[in-house]
Amino acid sequence: MAAAVPAVGWFHAAATLLLACCSAALASGIQDQAEQFFRSGHTNNWAVLVCTSRFWFNYRHVANTLSVYRSVKRLGIPDSHIVLMLADDMACNPRNPKPATVFSHKNMELNVYGDDVEVDYRSYEVTVENFLRVLTGRIPPSTPRSKRLLSDDRSNILIYMTGHGGNGFLKFQDSEEITNVELADAFEQMWQKRRYNELLFIIDTCQGASMYERFYSPNIMALASSQVGEDSLS
Amino acid sequence: GGMLAVVVLLLLAAAGPGRAERDVLREELLLSPLPDGDVAATFQFRTRWDADLQRGSVSHYRLFPKALGRLVAALGVRELHLALTQGFWRTRVWGQPPLQAPAGAELWVWFQPTVTNVDKAWKELSNILSGIFCASLNFIDSTNTVTPTASFKPLGLANGTDHHLLRYAVLPREVVCTENLTPWKKLLPCGSKAGLAVLLKAERLFHSSYHSQAVHIRPICRDASCLAVSWELRQTLTVVFDTFSSGQGKKDWSLFKMFSRTLTDACPLASQSKVYVDISPKNKEKELLEVTPPPTSVHEATVQGDKRTYAVYDLLSPSLFNTSRSLNVQLKWKRPQDSSDLPTPVLHAQRYVSGYGLQTGEISTLIYNTHPYRAFPVILLETVPWYLRLYVHTLTIITKGKENKPSYIHYQPAQDRKRPHLLEMLIQLPANSVTKITIQFERALLKWTEYTPDPNHGFYVSSSVLSALVPSVIAMKDVDVEHSPLFTSLFPSSDGSSYFVRLYTEPLLVNLPTPDFSMPYNVICLTCTVVAVCYGSFYNLLTRTFHVEEPSRGGLAKRLANIIRKFRGVPPL
Repeated sequence: MAAAVPAVGWFHAAATLLLACCSAALASGIQDQAEQFFRSGHTNNWAVLVCTSRFWFNYRHVANTLSVYRSVKRLGIPDSHIVLMLADDMACNPRNPKPATVFSHKNMELNVYGDDVEVDYRSYEVTVENFLRVLTGRIPPSTPRSKRLLSDDRSNILIYMTGHGGNGFLKFQDSEEITNVELADAFEQMWQKRRYNELLFIIDTCQGASMYERFYSPNIMALASSQVGEDSLS
Repeated sequence: GGMLAVVVLLLLAAAGPGRAERDVLREELLLSPLPDGDVAATFQFRTRWDADLQRGSVSHYRLFPKALGRLVAALGVRELHLALTQGFWRTRVWGQPPLQAPAGAELWVWFQPTVTNVDKAWKELSNILSGIFCASLNFIDSTNTVTPTASFKPLGLANGTDHHLLRYAVLPREVVCTENLTPWKKLLPCGSKAGLAVLLKAERLFHSSYHSQAVHIRPICRDASCLAVSWELRQTLTVVFDTFSSGQGKKDWSLFKMFSRTLTDACPLASQSKVYVDISPKNKEKELLEVTPPPTSVHEATVQGDKRTYAVYDLLSPSLFNTSRSLNVQLKWKRPQDSSDLPTPVLHAQRYVSGYGLQTGEISTLIYNTHPYRAFPVILLETVPWYLRLYVHTLTIITKGKENKPSYIHYQPAQDRKRPHLLEMLIQLPANSVTKITIQFERALLKWTEYTPDPNHGFYVSSSVLSALVPSVIAMKDVDVEHSPLFTSLFPSSDGSSYFVRLYTEPLLVNLPTPDFSMPYNVICLTCTVVAVCYGSFYNLLTRTFHVEEPSRGGLAKRLANIIRKFRGVPPL
């Protein structure tokens, strides 16, 4: 009797110890994975910022993209490493009461358009085809350097997209869409061609989370401003 | 021996500093009050480089921007003119423009005779320029490129002009904004940090009625004997400010009011930096204008057939910045100007599209010659996209009620999706007359993939170009390019009795019959529904059979499965 109780107790102790070890290992595994993301050995940064909406009532999308552009420039990525795609011109639009300015806040304090902006793809050039060509690098030979994403396997790339979207697609210029499957395949092409080290994908549209549902390539971190079924008033 | 050594040393000394080719920068700002109260400011930055770019032997670039120099050398460009414009120069109200450009982007290039495939070089050139200037010049292709035969003769040195080496294209839908101005400013030797370019701030420049920035590259004679070739790069920027809307209703203006900046110094790399203010008296008796501070000198010139007086501020003269550190040129009107004494320019034109419906229409161009007694010819160049099918048999030219037959017509019909219409005519304009040129067209249906994302905006027809040698009232002398203001030497002068003018008409906006783009989706939905309902029910009717099933007790496996299903909360088998 006295010998049986310590045996059972020993069994319990061993079981709890094993359980604790497993959970600790698991937790540190996830923690490690997250930490790993910030310990990558990248040597250069790129940014692809896309605004996909046309017309004056979509002014806010251009303002969003330009805000990210300004932040990214302020934090050190130069114009030569930023591919900025704006589907319409808001700053010099005849409806703009303050020409050559774009504001991202109603108190109009900060002009995100600024004096030194380089828009690589403007107006009708922002199409699904051009976007995918920029990402995958399959670009006609006569394209100038500023319109190319010249990343390598040690580049960390920020891809920011904003516009109108739905469950599984993003609308380009009110006339065509890009689906989450196409985007996932483009990222896989990029991975296979070793065009990125890590990818940060930020999407700012309605039901944005649906756009990253189909990703199957490694080293991608995706953020969305809304879940599936939610409207993002961006 | 000693003499020889001295001579050799002298030669070496002379050749040493001359090894790097000499380049010279001149910058100039011309402020002209326009007849209706607005103000036009024309900036010109001229870099002249005594080097032979074509030989490819150049490796050291100083004032001439390397991006453009390498472009000229690599693609065999003889002359390049690129203009990006927003707005329209209202010739009737503002007078003859010093240098006009059509709305949108205009690119015309003369290639060297050594270039074998001009179309390939043209395509490469437009792509490279689209990267440099952040403009969608890569949309220039064969559907909007033409080869004019009579207009756009070379403005620089040229021996032999085979017009197959010329390409001209206009993108009327192109927008000009800060992203085009920034690279243009970066091409300047001093950037926008010193000299006249400090005034170029986007927020003021685009809040204007007309904004046109251009780059002109051409070869010129190095000296009077013209044995060697130099290359000239002119960067021009013309802006017209509406002083009424931005000046609280007063017509007085100043540099600070227009640009929200003043001049503080000249560009250290410039050999000449001047500001010219047009103070020509409108009527001969009184002076209407008063400029402060007092100018360093006064210059008189005959420009576009008119004797004009200019107040000159030389930024390189030490006396200018004696009293204050910055130069703010102010102009006050001494007496209110009558609107009745608006001079009309000798040549101006107007174009409009008429007709109703979405099938046919008519393009009319009106050309006015207001000279009281002199007639002169004008070359009209019209480029119409292929989807507006011109009927050339309906072309009529009427002057003073009678038909006016052009002495030269060059018409190249369009090819669908390949080439636009090109119509060039040399028309004689009688004195004091209006000439009306009309041509009818039919609108074509585009394929649904060829429409732009905003087809209901309409489609643009680029501006017509009018080139003429306008007779001048006053005899004009030949200008010495190096010693006269830059605005007098834009176009080469042929003789003293006339001056060259190139005018552009308005672009036209035409609606094409637009399909309902949601139709493919609608058709697919409808067809699938019909197929599913009709065929599906038919198939079911033909192939579906009904059996009666006996409920079976089932074996052990079935009982085990039912237990598990009970746990799951799912109905049993």
